[in-house]
Amino acid sequence: MSDLTEAVLTARHRPREPRRTASSMQRREARWGFAFISPWIVGFVLFWMLPILASLVFSTLDFELTNPDETSFVGLSNWDRALSDPQTWSALLVTLRFTVLFLPLSLVVSLALALLLNSARLKGRSFFRLLFYAPSMIPLVAGILIWQQVLNPQTGWLNRIIDLTGVQATGTSGLRWFDNPVLVLFAFSFIGLWGVGNTMMINLAGLQGIPTQLYEAAAIDGAGWWRRLRSITLPLLSPVMFYNLVIGSVLIMQYFVVPWVLFGASGHPDGSSRFLLVHFYEEAFVFGNMGYGAALAWLIFLVVAALTALLFGTARFWVHYGTERS
Amino acid sequence: MTVEAPERIEPPRPAERRHGEAVLRRRRKALMWTLCTTLGAFLLVMIFLMPLGYGAVTALKDKDGVSDPDSPILPVAAETFEYEGEEHDVYAVPMPDGSVRELALLEPGRESSVFIDPDDPGAGPIEWEGRWRTLEPVSGLSPEWGNFAEAWNTIDFLRLTGWTLFYALTTVVATVVSSAVVAYGFARFRFPFRGALFGLLLATILLPPAVTLVPKYAVFLQMGWVGTYLPLIVPHFFANAFNVFLLRQYFLTIPKELEEAARIDGAGPIRTFLKVIVPQAVPALTAVSLFHFFYAWNDFFEPLLYLAGNRDIVPIGVGLSYFNGVYNSEPHLIMAAALLALALPVAIFLAAQRVFVQGIVVTGVDK
Repeated sequence: MSDLTEAVLTARHRPREPRRTASSMQRREARWGFAFISPWIVGFVLFWMLPILASLVFSTLDFELTNPDETSFVGLSNWDRALSDPQTWSALLVTLRFTVLFLPLSLVVSLALALLLNSARLKGRSFFRLLFYAPSMIPLVAGILIWQQVLNPQTGWLNRIIDLTGVQATGTSGLRWFDNPVLVLFAFSFIGLWGVGNTMMINLAGLQGIPTQLYEAAAIDGAGWWRRLRSITLPLLSPVMFYNLVIGSVLIMQYFVVPWVLFGASGHPDGSSRFLLVHFYEEAFVFGNMGYGAALAWLIFLVVAALTALLFGTARFWVHYGTERS
Repeated sequence: MTVEAPERIEPPRPAERRHGEAVLRRRRKALMWTLCTTLGAFLLVMIFLMPLGYGAVTALKDKDGVSDPDSPILPVAAETFEYEGEEHDVYAVPMPDGSVRELALLEPGRESSVFIDPDDPGAGPIEWEGRWRTLEPVSGLSPEWGNFAEAWNTIDFLRLTGWTLFYALTTVVATVVSSAVVAYGFARFRFPFRGALFGLLLATILLPPAVTLVPKYAVFLQMGWVGTYLPLIVPHFFANAFNVFLLRQYFLTIPKELEEAARIDGAGPIRTFLKVIVPQAVPALTAVSLFHFFYAWNDFFEPLLYLAGNRDIVPIGVGLSYFNGVYNSEPHLIMAAALLALALPVAIFLAAQRVFVQGIVVTGVDK
């Protein structure tokens, strides 16, 4: 799926097709082309373009769902409020903190699993592939409920297994996964890693696309496992990893379901589960402050756009597009 | 295994033997590596799937078994034996001859009690000298299958599944049909701004939907659509960027000659698309359908938002989260409900995994 990033990267630089006098054939073809893509154009205008612009307008209104008749123009005061609301900053911080923890973790784990599943040393590869992928097929809420019990400080298996090693994990002073602001990030990470299958499969497909001659040549030159990983696998896989990185960070910036199902909008423990989207959801749809919600939504949009731009900016330093593709 | 075999054949010359030993050593090392890797992967997968085992075990326990931190791992309960219409507890009873028998206690007494052998009640009551309170009760595996029935009824599993299926299937049809049409447009026709429009399409993959929600919600509320499935289903009739991208990649690999032949036969673009492209693209269409099916099955945010006022029609994810909020003191029921909820998608995945895995490869990297 690295083609996707390639397509995005090269979309701007594609050379223009030479201008020709439009024959009736070409006009006919263009008309059919537009006819075929028209569902998307209509959908884009109705469900993306207009709402994004309308959000910007909404963000300048004092518009409450419970009281729509008293809507009034308030200028930038929603933006002012969004930027001075300590909960916004806390939510941004919580979201970024989890991104910094979980994104590298999930990328490394998915790559390690893909390397394992691609290894010629592993017997029964398709069997293992199936088992490692299976949890990704479990509906997220069902997975959250299962982990909620597994991480139960008294009766959950994780703490009881840790107890067996001699460290006291159960009990009131033990590992309270859902009551400690740091541990809860690990609880989120465990749940997240259960869904690592998709990224793993994309990595695996990327690994299988690397020509084996490269490894054979490197082996003849006496390169060891680590050297081959660093000099062949990682550079050739970098477009795939870039794709995973971009998609992963965009998704984590919109992290919602896990904290919501576990803690609602309470932010328990200590604000650690009040992610940006949780904050937005409560303000806009629980309290019904649509104007303020729109400002928050635009803020999220800007943060995601900035992050994506940052990642694309770094791409040329480490993403390797040197290989020719068929 | 094969280690000693070559030595038996004939004494090789020294140089050859050294070479043979090197090969052997390498082969043995490779075997060790294979063994270690496979064993390591096995352990890893056990840890990875451990929560499922926990869920299964917990779903079969009774309420006391779940909340007791020292309870055995498996769902066990004290064994009882029904004799002449009454339940009697079963104890491990040391007999005078040194053996230990599992007997049901009929008449407890201070210094001697009357037992009966559950395996052979016809043999009559057995007198036993000793204090029965010192005896160990016998417990056996006693899975509470009834938890599943209770969870099934409490969450109204059939209704949740019905709505989820309805949502998943309608949007699969809507998104696959519209995405295939749009993908064909991008794959085969030249028109002005095609590159820019395609770039725009891809950019929507990265856009956070949150930025569109407030006005969409306000409009859907005005239209009276909030509390119904309309805001969830209608947008899927307008193609989805990811599906368009995947299908376009696949359409590009279909040889153009097929369409040209159809065109010479007088077929227009619509006919060509239906008669030539669609039959050729069945693997990709199946894969995209499956991807979307699981996406819809998992969808949480939008159903939560748009169906909030109408708890009777929520899909399974939202339904489970409500259930979790209300029944948090009954983990065994929550586990049973979670297992019920994951059974169908996982079964579909296992049945269709070949198509699924192929789909990732077909629509993904290699094209």
